Amino acid sequence: MTIKHHLNDDLLMAYAAGTLSEAFSLAVATHISLCDDCRAALAAYEAMGGAILDGGDDLAPMSDDALARAMARLDMPAPIAAPKMPKHAVLPAPLQHYVGTDLSAIKWRKLGMGVRQAILPTKGKGGSARLLHIPAGQAVPDHGHRGMELTLVLKGAFRDESQHFARGDIEIATEADEHTPVAMSDEDCICLAVTDAPLRFNALIPRLMQPIFRI
Amino acid sequence: MLQAASAGCKGYSVLANKVGNVANGQEMGVGPDFAGLMLAVRDKADRAAYGVVFSHFGPRVKAFLMKSGSDAALAEELAQDVMVTVWHKSAQFDPARASLSTWIFTIARNRRVDYFRRARRPEPEDLDWGASEEPDAADIYQTAEETRRLGAALSTLPEPQRALIERADFGDLSHSEIAAQTGLPLGTIKSRIRLALERLRQNMN
Repeated sequence: MTIKHHLNDDLLMAYAAGTLSEAFSLAVATHISLCDDCRAALAAYEAMGGAILDGGDDLAPMSDDALARAMARLDMPAPIAAPKMPKHAVLPAPLQHYVGTDLSAIKWRKLGMGVRQAILPTKGKGGSARLLHIPAGQAVPDHGHRGMELTLVLKGAFRDESQHFARGDIEIATEADEHTPVAMSDEDCICLAVTDAPLRFNALIPRLMQPIFRI
Repeated sequence: MLQAASAGCKGYSVLANKVGNVANGQEMGVGPDFAGLMLAVRDKADRAAYGVVFSHFGPRVKAFLMKSGSDAALAEELAQDVMVTVWHKSAQFDPARASLSTWIFTIARNRRVDYFRRARRPEPEDLDWGASEEPDAADIYQTAEETRRLGAALSTLPEPQRALIERADFGDLSHSEIAAQTGLPLGTIKSRIRLALERLRQNMN
């Protein structure tokens, strides 16, 4: 599998630094699960964090009994680690924490024209995440958006004006882009979409529906 | 890595290669062998080795947390948590994948996200690294060297650029929060960070 559309520096650095919201972190972690190039780039940005941490002049002395207190905690039981998720053909591990492993058990809501979505329970400000299920050959209703939108293909493929996105590819769209993803005609397409502001659809009806569907 | 820029992502190996060519004049740190100490913690539950790791990294982790806005008392508690986690998760330390400072940075970062955002931090799926294979000593050395040389390259950046990188990426400030603090327009902040990254790339060459 060759991934053509990657994360950018801004997203990788913010994720490495831990400053991305949960919804955007989910898109980054899911892409990295599928993309070794970006996994390697993340490791490099984390190394930058390590270099800054170990940079030398920034020290905040700890209290005199700090080591003794830590030593006293070493024999306490370690917190239980999250269970390792099974390999799944469509859903990488970070997504399984939100929707499980059974695609048919996902609670989809109809969005019109055969398109369905499932909103994922991410916390905090700074974006919302959803899975989109687009029937083969179908377009996601024409929408612009405020802020940034990430669309990561999990199954099938879509094209958007001149570009083609397959499994693992991530499209980074900004405010200026008016884009119309259309699922390729041979297979239904499932995507993870993250937006940092509500999408606004260009047609009146979807716009009226927006508050109801929360897209 | 710092290669990545707009062209997308280049691999860690790119950084490794770049770093391999860097500055022969770089001082080879004479300090303790932290990877070796941490391996003693991991493989032998060596408390003396843990004490050395704690004394070196505890104050650094505390400083890191204070930079992202914790007061001293809270930073002390969180640094305690981080250093205790270093013990409990020692089985996950793999010096061929990340230097000790990088690994501890990720633990401190995660503790910060957990505490301040009370949000989950989605993590990438684990790669199957073939755990049976012993990591190569050269890999371990190179990984530690990379972090050290990256640190050296960072320290050669002019102060304003270095400060911006640290605040933008490793303090808990978003670009717009920095804009609010410094009064600089967002576009200016972003272009200065790009400039700093560009210089860093050059320094790594």
